[in-house]
Amino acid sequence: MSAAAPLPEPGYNFAYLDEGTKRMIRRAILKAIAIPGYQVPFASREMPMPYGWGTGGVQVTAAVLGRSDVLKVIDQGADDTTNAVSIRRFFGRTAGVATTTHTSEATLIQTRHRIPETPLSEGQILVYQVPIPEPLRFLEPRETETRQLHALAEYGLMHVKLYEDIARHGHIATTYAYPVEVAGRYVMDPSPTPKFDNPKMDGCPALQLFGAGREKRIYAVPPHTRVRSLDFEDHPFRIQSFDRPCALCGAEAVYLDEVVLDDRGGRMFVCSDTDHCEGRRAEGHTGEMAE
Amino acid sequence: MALRAGFRDPVHAAQAVFRAAMDALSRPACIQALAPALTPPEPLTAELAGLALALCDADTPIWLDAPLAAVPEVAAYLRFHTGAPLVAAAGEAAFALIADPAACPDFVAFAQGTPDYPDGSATLILAVDHLTDRRGLAFSGPGIRDLAYLEAAPLPADWSARLAANHALFPRGLDILLVAPGRIAGLPRSARLREAAEA
Amino acid sequence: MYVAAKGGEAAIDNAHRLLAEMRRGDPAVPDLSVAQIREQMRLLVDRVMTEGSLHDPDLAALALKQARGDVVEAVFLVRAYRTTLPRFGASEPVETGAMTVSRRVSATFKDLPGGQVLGPTFDYTHRLIDFALAAGELPEPAAETEPGPDAGHCPRVTDILGEAGLLEPSPPEAGAPVGDLTREPVDYPADRAVRLQALARGDEGFVLALGYSTQRGYGRTHPFVGEIRYGEVELEMVPEELGFPVPLGRVPMTECQMLNQFRGSGAAPPQFTRGYGLVFGQCERKAMAMALVDRALRAAELGEAVSAPAQDQEFVLAHCDSLQATGFVEHLKLPHYVDFQAELELVRRLRAAHEAAISSAGEPVREAAE
Repeated sequence: MSAAAPLPEPGYNFAYLDEGTKRMIRRAILKAIAIPGYQVPFASREMPMPYGWGTGGVQVTAAVLGRSDVLKVIDQGADDTTNAVSIRRFFGRTAGVATTTHTSEATLIQTRHRIPETPLSEGQILVYQVPIPEPLRFLEPRETETRQLHALAEYGLMHVKLYEDIARHGHIATTYAYPVEVAGRYVMDPSPTPKFDNPKMDGCPALQLFGAGREKRIYAVPPHTRVRSLDFEDHPFRIQSFDRPCALCGAEAVYLDEVVLDDRGGRMFVCSDTDHCEGRRAEGHTGEMAE
Repeated sequence: MALRAGFRDPVHAAQAVFRAAMDALSRPACIQALAPALTPPEPLTAELAGLALALCDADTPIWLDAPLAAVPEVAAYLRFHTGAPLVAAAGEAAFALIADPAACPDFVAFAQGTPDYPDGSATLILAVDHLTDRRGLAFSGPGIRDLAYLEAAPLPADWSARLAANHALFPRGLDILLVAPGRIAGLPRSARLREAAEA
Repeated sequence: MYVAAKGGEAAIDNAHRLLAEMRRGDPAVPDLSVAQIREQMRLLVDRVMTEGSLHDPDLAALALKQARGDVVEAVFLVRAYRTTLPRFGASEPVETGAMTVSRRVSATFKDLPGGQVLGPTFDYTHRLIDFALAAGELPEPAAETEPGPDAGHCPRVTDILGEAGLLEPSPPEAGAPVGDLTREPVDYPADRAVRLQALARGDEGFVLALGYSTQRGYGRTHPFVGEIRYGEVELEMVPEELGFPVPLGRVPMTECQMLNQFRGSGAAPPQFTRGYGLVFGQCERKAMAMALVDRALRAAELGEAVSAPAQDQEFVLAHCDSLQATGFVEHLKLPHYVDFQAELELVRRLRAAHEAAISSAGEPVREAAE
């Protein structure tokens, strides 16, 4: 589904933000790109939506967006979740840009918690909404300390934490927001995407931008950049796997949502990426519970 | 003398210039189109002026190289359209506009950022006559799939050594934008200079 | 056939229409006017203006009406509006010594120039529900007092004490630009001006609880209320093109100066130190709590050990903002099923391993798998 551009709301600047704010955010984005994985502080504005609901991603999108862009917004992989609908509508109203649900048609995709299954291509931009940008935050709550650790590339704490998991559980027990090392230097939080999506970041041809509004940080991964999930030689990084295909489109090796069908233990597993699932079904693929 | 005009459509023109700069820095040594519709006072080029108008304001001190600083109309134009303070000390600048790239001051003259705040470094914008990504110095690093090539002129004789030293400072270091009529290419600090090669 | 729940635009629009209807309540009851809120819910309006960092009683009253009386939501509306306003410049520091006081009390001196002025206060009211208010009775007119001989001259207690060197001097007005955390990200350690800005904008409940904690020993500061004053101050600004201050208008504010006993350190002599609070309107509780926390946050500067939450500026500044707090707490109601799925899979796997370990004939659970 694609929607043509309606006229932007009168009384607002294009994409809501004033030009001074856009310039400030744009400068932060340029520095973020030049220092992959480093969190650039920026003067995040108070947006007309709550902190924690995508204000960072929205500000990055607003600063980057142009008239000819085609915007896709997803939350949990889906285009039709309420917050995705709300953010897409915000840009429809304030920027009047064309929107789409098709990953391949979008020039800019704002996301919360997922990377689309359809591989991204050269020239696309993926904007992540980030709640806690600091990968070391839960090991060291102080900004003054974590800043030092990043400056010294001192990431021993993180390795100790991951290794403690191994000692206790036999494997690393971090399933989402799994830390990555970018271009051999900064350790970065990939936002709370499932670790299933981490490999998609590595060498991705699209530009990846991360916006954390409440925490006032912007960071970036340029295209074709090495993104390595932290691991150990004897415990290599592994992604989740599902022991069944999507019940609707039959896709394998995709991330699935578990849907509760009744209160007697009935379950089905379906693609979390709704566009990918619909595309496959349109091509005639079916799963066991397709009608 | 009447002041030359700025962007006719400031919102969308600034966005287009920014996107070109963003593409240039996220794909180092890969030329992007950049054609701001501006006729600034010489020797300020349309590309230099476009980037300044799109990115600079009261929060970003600008340093001008000797040929630009010698023309009062250039300073007046930039002050009026950006509101940015023009600074005489290169080390205080967030952006440096350079019309005579062969005479570009040594990189150490500019803010390099600190280990805690590497983003505090300057961005250099050099207007060159010749710019191609078909051959020239070879680069690798973030934003580059294998190798990328960039040739620009005129530039200081020790340009390669400067770029290598700049990259060695990573994550500190300068970010460089090279502009020529209608074009822009970026050499962020992350770009690693390989041995010079012909493509 | 399974159909995923869709949160379409129609659902959102319907929810918002329902909200509007609930906001209005019973249409048989007269609609509440913005003027009524502004005049009769004055302290609520003051709080929304203080935490919203915008002095506009009508706007704050409208925000309260729109927010159905939810203070944090009203502050949110005011803040989001404030961000879009153009900035013409910064005012001169307000001269609170020249305040036209409606209320002024000092706990440190029995009497002082300008006198003690009780003014409009809940203090010494007996908290008995006044059923006459429900009947809509008009109050008795307040007593008129003859202005005293020194009316209009209310020197600040801190200026009186300061002359004898018993109180640390006011920080010098360096003339350096004052930071603004709404325009630049906070860089730790933050200077006092930025800390005061954060506290003034901070949630009253949070700042109050932190101030209280210092009184109970978590970063004790030995406070005395040097003075609380409430009244109108003149706001002035120096336009670039004029070069001299011009009045912008008068704004009601509450200022609290706490005096804190201080035994001195290597560098500073024994003297009283200050904690400072300044808010729009009559947010007296907030001004006092702010002054307590301000003083606690000066621990490092005064050579005191930093051990309590109220002394920890990263802790205080990062958590005092009600919008940041409410946004992040409430974001938990957004869908998280992708991450929950990842955790579900992990917990199932861990449980399977746990059960396998237990069932393997009483063998102890391995500490590490490999």
